[in-house]
Amino acid sequence: MDVQAWTFLIVGATFALYIGIAIWSRASTTGDFYIAGRGVHPVVNGMATGADWMSAASFISMAGLISFMGYDGAVYLMGWTGGYVLLALLLAPYLRKFGKFTVPDFVGDRYYSNSARIVAVLCAVFVSFTYVAGQMRGVGVVFSRFLEVEINIGVAIGMAIVFFYAVLGGMKGITYTQAAQYCVLIFAYLVPAIFISILLTDHLIPQIGFGASLGGEIGSQISGGESIKLMDKLNQLNTELGFAEYTSGSKSMLDVLCITGALMAGTAGLPHVIVRFYTVPKVRDARRSVGWALFFIALLYTTAPAVAAFARTNLIEAVSGASYASVEGQKSIPQWFKTWEDTGLLAWVDKNDDGKVQYVAGNALAGKPEFTEQRGAHGERVVSNPNPDSDNELYVDRDIIVLANPEIAQLPAWVIALVAAGGLAAALSTAAGLLLVVSTSISHDLLKRVFVPSITEKQELLAARVAAGVAVLIAGYFGINPPGFVAQVVAFAFGLACSSFFPAIILGIFSKKANREGVISGMLAGIIFTAAYIIYFKFMGGTPDQFWFGISPEGIGALGMLLNFVVALVVGRFTPPPPQEVQEMVEHIRVPVGAKAPTGMH
Amino acid sequence: MTDSEEARSARHTQDVADRYWKRNLRLLVILLAVWWVVSYGAGILWVGALDEYTIPGTGFKLGFWFAQQGSIYVFVVLIFLYTRLMNKLDREFDVHED
Repeated sequence: MDVQAWTFLIVGATFALYIGIAIWSRASTTGDFYIAGRGVHPVVNGMATGADWMSAASFISMAGLISFMGYDGAVYLMGWTGGYVLLALLLAPYLRKFGKFTVPDFVGDRYYSNSARIVAVLCAVFVSFTYVAGQMRGVGVVFSRFLEVEINIGVAIGMAIVFFYAVLGGMKGITYTQAAQYCVLIFAYLVPAIFISILLTDHLIPQIGFGASLGGEIGSQISGGESIKLMDKLNQLNTELGFAEYTSGSKSMLDVLCITGALMAGTAGLPHVIVRFYTVPKVRDARRSVGWALFFIALLYTTAPAVAAFARTNLIEAVSGASYASVEGQKSIPQWFKTWEDTGLLAWVDKNDDGKVQYVAGNALAGKPEFTEQRGAHGERVVSNPNPDSDNELYVDRDIIVLANPEIAQLPAWVIALVAAGGLAAALSTAAGLLLVVSTSISHDLLKRVFVPSITEKQELLAARVAAGVAVLIAGYFGINPPGFVAQVVAFAFGLACSSFFPAIILGIFSKKANREGVISGMLAGIIFTAAYIIYFKFMGGTPDQFWFGISPEGIGALGMLLNFVVALVVGRFTPPPPQEVQEMVEHIRVPVGAKAPTGMH
Repeated sequence: MTDSEEARSARHTQDVADRYWKRNLRLLVILLAVWWVVSYGAGILWVGALDEYTIPGTGFKLGFWFAQQGSIYVFVVLIFLYTRLMNKLDREFDVHED
């Protein structure tokens, strides 16, 4: 069977599975729809959280980014896992004890203010839509590459699937589907990683192969029989080509600190992650559930840097100095090079006319490749925008690393198909979780809690379904017509979550005296400061030499968060303390005893 | 809420709650210190100094390993440790569920 037949088979089978689960786990109450009736086992919830959290970006893009960033890639690895420690120790158990449905619920009730609630709703909806557009696009890319359907049809199929189980099953349907999706995506990630680890280092476990000597089928070719550690060889290759050493970075230490901080606090403040810990039966389960979530996430996150290093070594060895056309007795480029060139994710410009791929540091092109219809002297696709200032001839899109890894290592067709199914699982599971946050924010936080408190349970459930349906359509629209700035606004999502929600929730739990005036001014100060910095540098042409202390927009949320804390505490000192019943509520959420039984009612 | 739970909840004096909270905070400070040391410390601030050492038998420079592998392992262990210790603390102060 060829790759495409395998892909149809595996993707079709996984989709049938997701739909089957959705029908089995339909939601009948708002409690089911918002928080799965609080009946989810902590391990299952951990898996679902893992799939919810690991998006198309984690699955498809992260290893590729690390591959090109070397040490600096650690900001993603530590930032996107360290946040779970904050979540487990500082947020999850208390929010579970609080026992409502959403993050705006907590902000609104704790700060006795509907304005605070509405600010929280707006942030939640903005953050979620930002994210979901990228997921839908990821679905389209996977479809177009592996199944050769139009990107738009791919997006439409993805929308239909998500629509089906998010609208029908709400949180209950999503949770059980996500648990299944986690299994698919982790299997799809680990299988090629293990194969490649064996080929390059003769070690079964990628995390160990990462630190081992080159060996195995491909590895011994690269080392030429000499005994050398993979990491040393990689540093050597990088240095020879003029790149920074793989194990040392090029970002400033302060910037690395700030980005890691912003990603950690942002992770802990993202509404679609926090809401997962409302779904378990007990406070005790909320703590345990975060542990399992991070365990399942760590399986992928500790494999990713290994994949990155393997792929980097493999890529340099395979293409550097290889001739594009196959010439007898000379190293020539592998077949996958041309396959990916056809998709436009890889490009080669023969700047020195020697017919060989010269891969050195620097940008080969001015931006993304713009292909003309012609073919060059060696049969390569001609690009109209080479960058004359650099000798580098090779453009590689970061996303290739994971998607092409199985081909680079010449793995069987079913492994390639599996990677396609895994990418889809990662994108769909995250999209569903985000859409649920949007629909809950509208039906519960805005309708039920602010504008139409008299709404009945049935009407609220209907409103939630309609909102989920509309949100799917909007997300699909952005997937088909992606705004050019999707990548840029991801910095926004984390910056906002970290400079608004995170301090507000922490203060709400750990300071009884934190009051409405303080926290609202803190949130506003944090958001405005962070948004202004990001907008200036991402959209208004600010240049890196204007960065404050060298802090990039990705890391500015960390300063926004500090500002939020300081403003909230200072304003809080000069304004009246919260009413007695709110202070009692804080006392109440600090001890586990007396958490409501899993009724899911208000 | 069952009757026994309600009764137990009511028996709690302010004093017990305060002592429970203090112990909880102390545990948090210790665990977060470890969290900080392995990520911001070993993975970022002291990465240069630690990179002078290689983990024996592997090609990992120590600081690099903490940044891309070690810190994540420690995070997972920290959360499960916290869960265990808090469950014990809950029982000691009789504030656990059911």
